[in-house]
Amino acid sequence: MTEPLLELRGLRKSFGGLVVTDGVSLDLRQGEIHALIGPNGAGKTTLIHQISGTLAPDAGVILFAGRDFTRLSMAKRARAGLARSFQITSIVPAFSALENAALAVQARSGSSFRFFGRANGETALNDQAMEALAEVGLERRAGVPAATLSHGEKRQLELAIALAMRPRVLLLDEPLAGTGAEEAERLMRILGDLRARFGILLIEHDMPAVFALADRISVLAQGRLIATGTPGEIRANAVVRDAYLGEEA
Amino acid sequence: MRWRDAAVPLAIFAALAVAPFIGFGQGYSLTLLSRGMIFGMAAISLSLLVGGGGLISLGHAAMLGVGAYAVVVLDHARITEAWMVVPIAVLAAAGFATLTGAIAIRTSGVHFIMITLAFGQMAFFTASSLSIYGGDDGYTLYGRTTLFGTRALEGRLFFHFTCLALLIGCWALVQALLNSRFGRVLQAARENETRTRAVGFEPYRYRLVAYAIAGAIGGLAGVLLANGTEFVAPSYLTWQRSGDLLFMVILGGVGGPHGALMGALAFILIEDWLAKLTEHWRLIFGPVLILCVFFLRGGIAGVLRRD
Repeated sequence: MTEPLLELRGLRKSFGGLVVTDGVSLDLRQGEIHALIGPNGAGKTTLIHQISGTLAPDAGVILFAGRDFTRLSMAKRARAGLARSFQITSIVPAFSALENAALAVQARSGSSFRFFGRANGETALNDQAMEALAEVGLERRAGVPAATLSHGEKRQLELAIALAMRPRVLLLDEPLAGTGAEEAERLMRILGDLRARFGILLIEHDMPAVFALADRISVLAQGRLIATGTPGEIRANAVVRDAYLGEEA
Repeated sequence: MRWRDAAVPLAIFAALAVAPFIGFGQGYSLTLLSRGMIFGMAAISLSLLVGGGGLISLGHAAMLGVGAYAVVVLDHARITEAWMVVPIAVLAAAGFATLTGAIAIRTSGVHFIMITLAFGQMAFFTASSLSIYGGDDGYTLYGRTTLFGTRALEGRLFFHFTCLALLIGCWALVQALLNSRFGRVLQAARENETRTRAVGFEPYRYRLVAYAIAGAIGGLAGVLLANGTEFVAPSYLTWQRSGDLLFMVILGGVGGPHGALMGALAFILIEDWLAKLTEHWRLIFGPVLILCVFFLRGGIAGVLRRD
């Protein structure tokens, strides 16, 4: 078996007396979509925050391609190949869609302490940014200020920003949240196409989408990982049914 | 869209270039214009921080003060050659900005405003306590900075055009910075710091460099300010002065460096005009400024941009 791209070992985090991440260990392999599900307040986003570097865990280790990431800054993790999307869309609203993606390209191509020369005129940056936009089907909206994109388009843009980083791992925090049925379907198709190139850790509440996309599913409840397995195994798991899925699955 | 970004500032520069020949040639109005240009330069440098980086500094007068006091210190040591004075003053201001910025930029929002204010006040009280340079009373220069040993800067027109040339240089520099890769990161961090970190940038470094550059330009404006009046006093460093600079930037509009320039020129001219009308001009000036904030959303630059 190949070495996992991302590995969490015994991650623990608490806010005061509240334990939000309680000894979580999981791994993510190249080419798989590993979905993280669980009820609201289970600590899914807190876990993503620790992986991406927004929050520091109290204990435990985060390994990225075998390298210890636990104490690295968010920016360094990003440059090493860890891209994330946010539960609440996070883009640069005043920039055009293209500039948003070009910013991400710029972060991995040469120094940004360049004080002269128009960044907007750098074809190398723009071409790669355009490629990323095209991958999510947003190339026709490249020149539009990001603030004026529709909600679904903003989610697409966020994915394009992540792709423009040419990452190895994608952490996606509810990429389908708030999108209409058509947009959700489109995003799901894109995610399915992307699978082979990355390891994708996906948080999502849309259960049909999760069971359709994921290669493996981990279930989080009250900060603890209560199960990990294939969609079939998770669907059949009695503990998971009790904790989360209920009758709907 | 883009031609207009350049058209407005170019029109202002052209107006400033012909002003001495169309009725503003007398000593007083020429002094007023150069004062407007010097503050325009300072406001442009502050707009790099406020408009570009979202860094609202209430201590920018200290940068001018460091530049002006560098002229004083060198004048006292009988060093008056521009090729010595200007680089030393600019480096001193950039150094002061780097040291204070390294601490201030670790904070944000109101804390940043308060810390820059505190550093500004420290500079003010330091200047007040420099008794060999006149302390509270200030220091009268032996003469203006010399250029290759000549007294060219004493010439009114020469000084006017020196200010104009440097003003254009500063404007072009800040405009280029904002359009560069560096400026893109700076503005992205202003708009969405988390996103900027998440794609791999450390905003702190970019902000600190911007702060140092703004300090350097502020220092250059300080050199000109000292030369314009041939006198330097701690009052150059008061927090009210920092507030004026911030106001010029807001009045002009934070859409770009030319906004700050218009704000500075408008501020200096209105201030002068009102002061002639009545002794209690501040009573009028205050409400005028408040009305501007209410009704000129986007500042003067915003009004000009409207179709």
